[in-house]
Amino acid sequence: MDLLPSNRSPPPPAPTQGSPCGSASSKDSVEWEGRSLLKALVKKSALCGEQVHVLGCEVSEEEFREGFDSSINNRLVYHDLFRDPLSWSKPGKALPGGPLEALRALDKRTGSGPATIALDSLSWLLHHLPCPILCQTLHALSRQDSCPGDTLPGEQVRVLGLLHEELHGPGPLGALSSLAQTEVTLSGTMGQASAHILYRRPRQRPTLQTQWFSILPDFSLELQVEPLLESQPPSDLHTPSVDPTTHLTFNLHLSKKEREAKDSLTLPFQFSSEKQQALLRPGLGQATSHIFYEPDAYDDLDQEDPDDDLDV
Amino acid sequence: MFPELNNLLNTTPEGAEQGKLTLLCDAKTDGSFLVHHFLSFYLKANCKVCFVALVQSFSHYNMVGQKLGVSLTTARERGQLVVLEGLKSAVDIFFRPQEEPHPLQFLREANAGDLQPLYAFVRDALEPVDCGEAAWRCPVLLVDDLSVLLSLGVGPVAVLDFVHYCRATVCREWKGNVVALVHDSGDAEDEESDVLLNGLSHQSHLILRAEGLATGFCKDVHGQLRILWRRPLQPTTPRDRSLTYQYKIQDKSIFCCEPSSEPYSL
Repeated sequence: MDLLPSNRSPPPPAPTQGSPCGSASSKDSVEWEGRSLLKALVKKSALCGEQVHVLGCEVSEEEFREGFDSSINNRLVYHDLFRDPLSWSKPGKALPGGPLEALRALDKRTGSGPATIALDSLSWLLHHLPCPILCQTLHALSRQDSCPGDTLPGEQVRVLGLLHEELHGPGPLGALSSLAQTEVTLSGTMGQASAHILYRRPRQRPTLQTQWFSILPDFSLELQVEPLLESQPPSDLHTPSVDPTTHLTFNLHLSKKEREAKDSLTLPFQFSSEKQQALLRPGLGQATSHIFYEPDAYDDLDQEDPDDDLDV
Repeated sequence: MFPELNNLLNTTPEGAEQGKLTLLCDAKTDGSFLVHHFLSFYLKANCKVCFVALVQSFSHYNMVGQKLGVSLTTARERGQLVVLEGLKSAVDIFFRPQEEPHPLQFLREANAGDLQPLYAFVRDALEPVDCGEAAWRCPVLLVDDLSVLLSLGVGPVAVLDFVHYCRATVCREWKGNVVALVHDSGDAEDEESDVLLNGLSHQSHLILRAEGLATGFCKDVHGQLRILWRRPLQPTTPRDRSLTYQYKIQDKSIFCCEPSSEPYSL
């Protein structure tokens, strides 16, 4: 399966020596939904003259057909697993046999002519069927186990599957990825959607391609160029940066005079030779210290020497 | 209801859209104010409401509803409101004969199984009945909240199937609405919660996500509300599909503003 741009003619049918049919999975997320792309691919297949079978598990037939004109809808066969997939309703509106039989029945319905099978969604099927059985059924659907030459050009079947990546662990994701010849992972930036496309062709190295696209209201696919990322605004040299030291209630800066006074100050715990000399030889005029004590009314002054009774 | 939320969502009770699934989600905060908003909104819109209340008692919702201008008691008496009071029903189920179907039947079973009985309750409560009385505008299912079902042993796929059937019947067939609250635990190891949240997000038309602020508790800003419109009927050219607001809940109203672009200074 290729993402077919709207301005190119569809590719010719692949030769039978290669893999004439194949499967493709589209992985989306909550942020970048993939149903619109699935509908765009369904439209493209229908416009190529293929019959399209949709196994609808997540949306109603009316919602899926919305936006398609009659020429597309006439080629679209909707197998409704949405209304009553688990046979809860009375009277039952479920497809006979449940989800697995509904999936297997698609193989028989696409007997003649090239056809596309769209699975909306693989996540729903994975939640309700064992992963190995689902993988085996998908493998049979896409006719990958048929020998080259067995499949006639008129029996080409293309299988498209929508997968919600966040709902599954790495095991089932890996198993489904190994089945798909083309894997499209949706993402985007700045409101623009992009598809990361991994092609796995037989006897060729896998190739990875990124394509920006948009889907028009009529579900036509429009390819676009990569949007220019808006560069960071250049830092304005004229814009003054905010100085955190403004509007402070204390001074963080020193003037030159203040710095000199600070540098020349001798700290009390620093013991220099000058200080030692000053202590040993108190200078003239250096008065000795006096202690002035003013007793208050409650002081009990005792003139006796408290150490008199010591026999020292 | 909070008129400010209606402005953000560009809707009114008279002009409410139909056929939609709205997902309410909360992460690191309490998003129950959204449940109270939509309950009063749809009652004022004259819709037939089925309220699956699994978290609080009926009197709690009634008390808050009266602040927002609706009386749940009156609505229930006149048939507009059908309430499944989970806290009471969960006890009743053990004293009823096992043969009688019960919406919370899964509580009696060793393996929780599916939620078909709960779906049957919703279907019977909201099925349009042509009996000549004043017709309600459209049916609405409101669930508070779906994460409780996970705690009670129901698997995430079973909950998704229940919402799928509600969507197929209430939204698609009867052109009604479904509103459900689910919690985002934020725990990367809680795979079931992630599958439920992401699975519901893919099914939803509108997602309202209430988040706590990344910087922690704030007296003046209670959280951040992200609104995401999904599943448009037609694909559109790139446009703003997501809006983010900060909000503060007051007694009977909610104040919303756009997040400030200036960094807060401490």
